[in-house]
Amino acid sequence: MIAEAGLAALWLAGTFALIQLMLAWGAVRANGTAQADELMTALRRVSLLQGLLALLSFGLLIALFVRSDMSVVLVATNSHSAKPLIYKIAGAWGNHEGSMLLWVAVLATAGAGVALFERRLASATLAATLGAQAFIAIGFYAFLVFASNPFIRLDPPAPDGQGLNPLLQDPGLAFHPPTLYIGYVGLSVAFSFAVGALIMRDVGPAFAKAMRPWVLTAWIFLTIGITAGSYWAYYELGWGGWWFWDPVENASLMPWLAATALLHSVTVLATRDGLRAWTLMLALVAFAMSMIGTFLVRSGILVSVHAFAVDPTRGSFILALLGIYIGGALALFGLRVGTVTQGSTFRLVSREGALVLNNLLLTVILGIVFIGTLYPLFAQAMGVQLSIGAPFFNKATAPVALALVAATAAGPLLRWRRDSMNALLGKLLVPVGAAGVAFALVFALSRGTHPVPVLAIAFAVGLGVASVLPLVRRNLRRTPMHVWGMVIAHLGVAVSLAGMAADSAFKTERLAAVHVGDNVTVGPFRVTLAEVRPAIGPNWSALEARLQVRRGEDGQVFEMMPQQRFFSAPPTNTNEAAIRTLFDGQLYTVLGEGAEDGRWQLRLWWKPWVTLIWLGGGLIALGGLLALIGRVRRERREDDA
Amino acid sequence: MKPKHQRLVLGLLALAAIGGASGLALSALGDQAAFFYAPGDVAGKPPPLDRHVRLGGMVAAGSLKRQPDGVSVNFAVTDGKATVPVAFRGVTPDLFKEDSGVVAEGRFNPDGSFTADNLLAKHDERYMPPQVAGKMHKSDSVAQ
Repeated sequence: MIAEAGLAALWLAGTFALIQLMLAWGAVRANGTAQADELMTALRRVSLLQGLLALLSFGLLIALFVRSDMSVVLVATNSHSAKPLIYKIAGAWGNHEGSMLLWVAVLATAGAGVALFERRLASATLAATLGAQAFIAIGFYAFLVFASNPFIRLDPPAPDGQGLNPLLQDPGLAFHPPTLYIGYVGLSVAFSFAVGALIMRDVGPAFAKAMRPWVLTAWIFLTIGITAGSYWAYYELGWGGWWFWDPVENASLMPWLAATALLHSVTVLATRDGLRAWTLMLALVAFAMSMIGTFLVRSGILVSVHAFAVDPTRGSFILALLGIYIGGALALFGLRVGTVTQGSTFRLVSREGALVLNNLLLTVILGIVFIGTLYPLFAQAMGVQLSIGAPFFNKATAPVALALVAATAAGPLLRWRRDSMNALLGKLLVPVGAAGVAFALVFALSRGTHPVPVLAIAFAVGLGVASVLPLVRRNLRRTPMHVWGMVIAHLGVAVSLAGMAADSAFKTERLAAVHVGDNVTVGPFRVTLAEVRPAIGPNWSALEARLQVRRGEDGQVFEMMPQQRFFSAPPTNTNEAAIRTLFDGQLYTVLGEGAEDGRWQLRLWWKPWVTLIWLGGGLIALGGLLALIGRVRRERREDDA
Repeated sequence: MKPKHQRLVLGLLALAAIGGASGLALSALGDQAAFFYAPGDVAGKPPPLDRHVRLGGMVAAGSLKRQPDGVSVNFAVTDGKATVPVAFRGVTPDLFKEDSGVVAEGRFNPDGSFTADNLLAKHDERYMPPQVAGKMHKSDSVAQ
């Protein structure tokens, strides 16, 4: 019965979305009459109901997975009764249908949140926004019930499930899709706000202030999702790399780049009433990027190291939705942009100018990633098979990224409206000096290192120093929270960049085949293979190497245990790397296969300061969180006053 | 600056940025696009040696040899039409074996052999890039 109830809830939610769209239409038409208030009340209630029903449907799907109900196709193909509970729950979204249901559940919940809490927008604009939100949801409900029904029964029921891809059986990855989806869907709200504002010709600071918390929230979750995804790929795939420029990774990076640009331009609109049309455009582009991301990951048309759950027929359904929503929004933009009046103006050398530069550079990076990710698709349509890899992306984005770092350092030091070049150069003296010293020091100490990573380290140091300058000679206690947020997020960029550069410049790798008792050295470590023994887990068995590691001559000895795991359902082998985090980096060990002569392959990496990459990601997200809290608090105070 | 002029300047800057992006991307594409080859594709007309490419097919039966150093393997990739000898140094993927699909990433050598720096083995098809799976299916049917 649970599956039928879930499907019924899904149909009902779709129906309410339809009603929501019609009510929104009515409320916009009735704007200014007595009837409008009644319609608005009904609209808010319907939005809330739609959200609750979608959540209920998703909750029932989780219940099916927790109960291991093998009479449901989705459970039988993606779960197994012997799985730990956490992976049964995660199994609900570790597949195509479930993840699309999660998508729409988050979308509907966000819509309900807007209906409940949004008090800042003019009521007709809010109605148009909720209508746009319903319009998006309807497409996804249709997609679910007609093309991707998660509740289909299996007759006769399977004796047991096929299991979940072992690569997905990892706590980090279990919560990865929900995190990213909250980010994606947060951008759908920004998109709906922009559509609402375009329909009502109501583009101004009030609209920007209403949109900003949603953009910030989406951006925080995307940042966490990308950081966690990078770390997952790093330790789970056993390749020792933290970014592969894989289409699936790019699918999350592109919305993040757009959201980062939007976050900065919406601030200009909210505080200085500038960049009106540009902000609207970015809101549309940001959501287009999340739709494209969903399309890339869920359609299976792209070459990817972790492309799973593939189905080309559904790809065309998502592509059609993409065309309708994005094409429709762009057409609306084209029709209405002429009526968006010019906001206030500014000089090029000003905070606004720096933010425009930031936006342009982010857009350039976005363009490069977009071309590199989608070009193979077009080539394939032309009959040429090719794939584009890391060398292309590194070469094309690196110079733009360094320019962006420089703009990030300079921007916060500029005044709003107008500033002078001389004043800016004066303020930049300290950070540029620090970067120069860092470059000279690192270059001298590590002769033979490629100059590009060393340059990146120097930029990171410069940005790090510049980021904290806005706090100098300020009363720290009375510094607004959003300023702290900006400082910490920019510092996070510097920390992350330093980690990336240090890893690519200084990592060392050893690959060896050794007998038990033999030594291998990597970086400052001496690694001894003490034994290889069997190990057992809840749904896997493994071969486990016990490694004894000593740093230098007189260091403490510690042990590391990389494994080769064998999962029975589905039958798969995975490599479980052992990673030791030290204050100045990570030692990364992988157990390869055994040869007939009794030797075992060991792959070892010493990665100095690599942890800074994810620490920086965490700081960026923390900065976003502080900014969000600070903005919401301040606006509440303004409303009370 | 008048508002109208400012709009113009910003518009031009945006255009320049987009142009720059395309330029950078296309110039990098020209020499960095990694192409996908099957052994039959390269028989008689080897691709440029300096290019990082993918070679996909089946590991030819009887060709897999592990080297005395314990970390190098030699094998041949075939699609039924032609065969390319491959050398690889590293930990081979879990499902890497003879008569099974493989994608080798690396460069061709002047003698027509291939040096791989990364191997992708045929896992469960659900986790296989479709493009690669497509090539492998072709090879599978040829080999059978």
